[in-house]
Amino acid sequence: MMGRILQSTEGRLAIITLVVFITMSILAPERFLSPANLTSMAFQFPEFAILALAVAVAMLTGGIDLSVVGAANLSAVVAALFMSQFAGTVADGGTGTGILLAAIALSLAVGLVTGLFNGILVATFGLPPILATLGTGLIYTGLAIAMTGGSAVMGLPPAVAWVGNGTLLDIPVPLVIFSALAIALGWVLKRTAFGLKTRMFGANPLAARYAAMDTGRVLLKVYALCGVLSAIAGLIVMSRANSAKADYGSSYLLLAVLIAVLGGVNPYGGYGRIVGVVLAVLSMQFLSSGLNLLQVTNFAREMIWGVLLIGVMLINLLTFRRKS
Amino acid sequence: MKSIDWARNETLVFVVIVAFCALAAISDPNFLSIPTLTDLMRNSIVLGIFAVGAMVVLVSGGIDVSFTAVAAFAMYATTVLLRDLAPDLPWPLAFAIATMIGAVLGSINGVLIAFCGLPTLIVTLGTLSVFRGSLLTFVGTLQISNLPPGMRDFSRWMMVRGTNSDGSFYSLPWAFAALVIIVAATWFILNRTMLGRAIYAIGGAPESARRIGINVRRTQFFIYVFVGALAGLAGIIHASMARISNPFDLVGLELSVIAAVVLGGARLTGGVGTLTGTLLGVALIVLVRNSLIVIGIPSTWQSVAIGVLIIVGTGLPAWQAKRAEARET
Repeated sequence: MMGRILQSTEGRLAIITLVVFITMSILAPERFLSPANLTSMAFQFPEFAILALAVAVAMLTGGIDLSVVGAANLSAVVAALFMSQFAGTVADGGTGTGILLAAIALSLAVGLVTGLFNGILVATFGLPPILATLGTGLIYTGLAIAMTGGSAVMGLPPAVAWVGNGTLLDIPVPLVIFSALAIALGWVLKRTAFGLKTRMFGANPLAARYAAMDTGRVLLKVYALCGVLSAIAGLIVMSRANSAKADYGSSYLLLAVLIAVLGGVNPYGGYGRIVGVVLAVLSMQFLSSGLNLLQVTNFAREMIWGVLLIGVMLINLLTFRRKS
Repeated sequence: MKSIDWARNETLVFVVIVAFCALAAISDPNFLSIPTLTDLMRNSIVLGIFAVGAMVVLVSGGIDVSFTAVAAFAMYATTVLLRDLAPDLPWPLAFAIATMIGAVLGSINGVLIAFCGLPTLIVTLGTLSVFRGSLLTFVGTLQISNLPPGMRDFSRWMMVRGTNSDGSFYSLPWAFAALVIIVAATWFILNRTMLGRAIYAIGGAPESARRIGINVRRTQFFIYVFVGALAGLAGIIHASMARISNPFDLVGLELSVIAAVVLGGARLTGGVGTLTGTLLGVALIVLVRNSLIVIGIPSTWQSVAIGVLIIVGTGLPAWQAKRAEARET
């Protein structure tokens, strides 16, 4: 039983997550397990966890999406500018719920466009995904800077706060959004033709093409999905910061890639499970909250993340070598 | 004379640079002047050394994003070391220490990539945060503005000095010679030694390279040590020229550097890349960063401009390759 758990990446990850959780609970028992800490963790991780889901989907095809943070900020900035422009002009009881819904739709549309643009570059023009999304990431961030002059967009209607700070049946809304997305994505990747094609393309693009798969369409959909996921993350960041800015969450890109790889997604494509990404997110959050409570600096945390990433890669490598 | 190959990235970038300068000269007659040139050259030094290293990695089929963290680590650790232990050390020794620190950090990448066989992007993403995190945790976070005398001496050492007609000064530090030497040495390694040919070979096709008897692991290990050493040197030059050693500097530049190299025609898939292209790419990125405003584009559009350049610069060859492939099948 134990051997079987240890053999799969996700099994090992589950054990790592558990070990981190228990270690932190022992090191800082009152504070780590306090309801306040658990709630604050549940508010903190969804924004970068959703970005990690986006990166993971792109990685499944053997690509990567380095533009997720740029796309998230661009769609948040567009939504925020829209709201600050029209807030108060629409009669909806003063909380701005109507305008919020319109802004959400708008930002998702922006996210979709950014994703489609990436998809066209990768699928139609054949750019390597790293370069295409490196370039578009700069363009999206740059557009957000150009639209705002580099400063934060503030003065959002009160309803915005609900997305990032509210609760639904006592569960934090960001956590609800993340769980819904993770479950839906897990189902799509596992049970639909699109999911199967995505993984097949990642495993062997040439074979996928010879199998008469419309690879361009699959890639286009994958990057469009990444764009929409990024926009959702951007909305949560905007709501939690009660503003939108071109350079929010710039450290999230590295973190998102790290989580996807930690979660067992093969950076060369073909293999990856959403449950792994979720476990990686949880272990990262437990680790960083715990270290925070133990008063370890942000810099040491960054170092530990790096060590964790390389360590997990080495463990995966050793077990892979033993198997083959 | 050979006919000009318009499909080459080098030609493309060169044309864009000339067009940029022409536009800038039209809108500001003072643009075409020696101070502009010395500014451009001065700003290309650190970026250029980084780019040479990044190009060698790309040619070998890998990618390194950790070199800025290596540079920051080597720069700051050397400054601290000099300040606390040997304040009077002359600059060549300080530079040697920084280069050594860079090489040691690079060898960590080298071991993980060459001997453990881990993917280069993931390894260097990880070591980026490890190097930066350990620098800020163990070495320090405060910037040092009172540099050791050796480094200050170097910063005052000018190659060219002059006065403009309006009385302002311009100068070009000797640090530029470091870039020239590095480019020459790298050119020699890449084009005149077996090692250099091996780097191109493993970038082109690792399996074939192995079968013709190239020691792929040793070559890869050398590459990452070499890049680390260059990064260490670039770091200490950066601090000497800025006359301040700030541990938060440099990290964040890595994608701009890779952008410059890729604009210059190096391929992410490996095997392709030239020093000429790399230097042209650096010149273009520096021009866009410094002088976009001269051709009438507000500087807030800077990252959009660089992003568009990357997409167009890599998109055209990629699209041509794709069409060529479609014609064959």
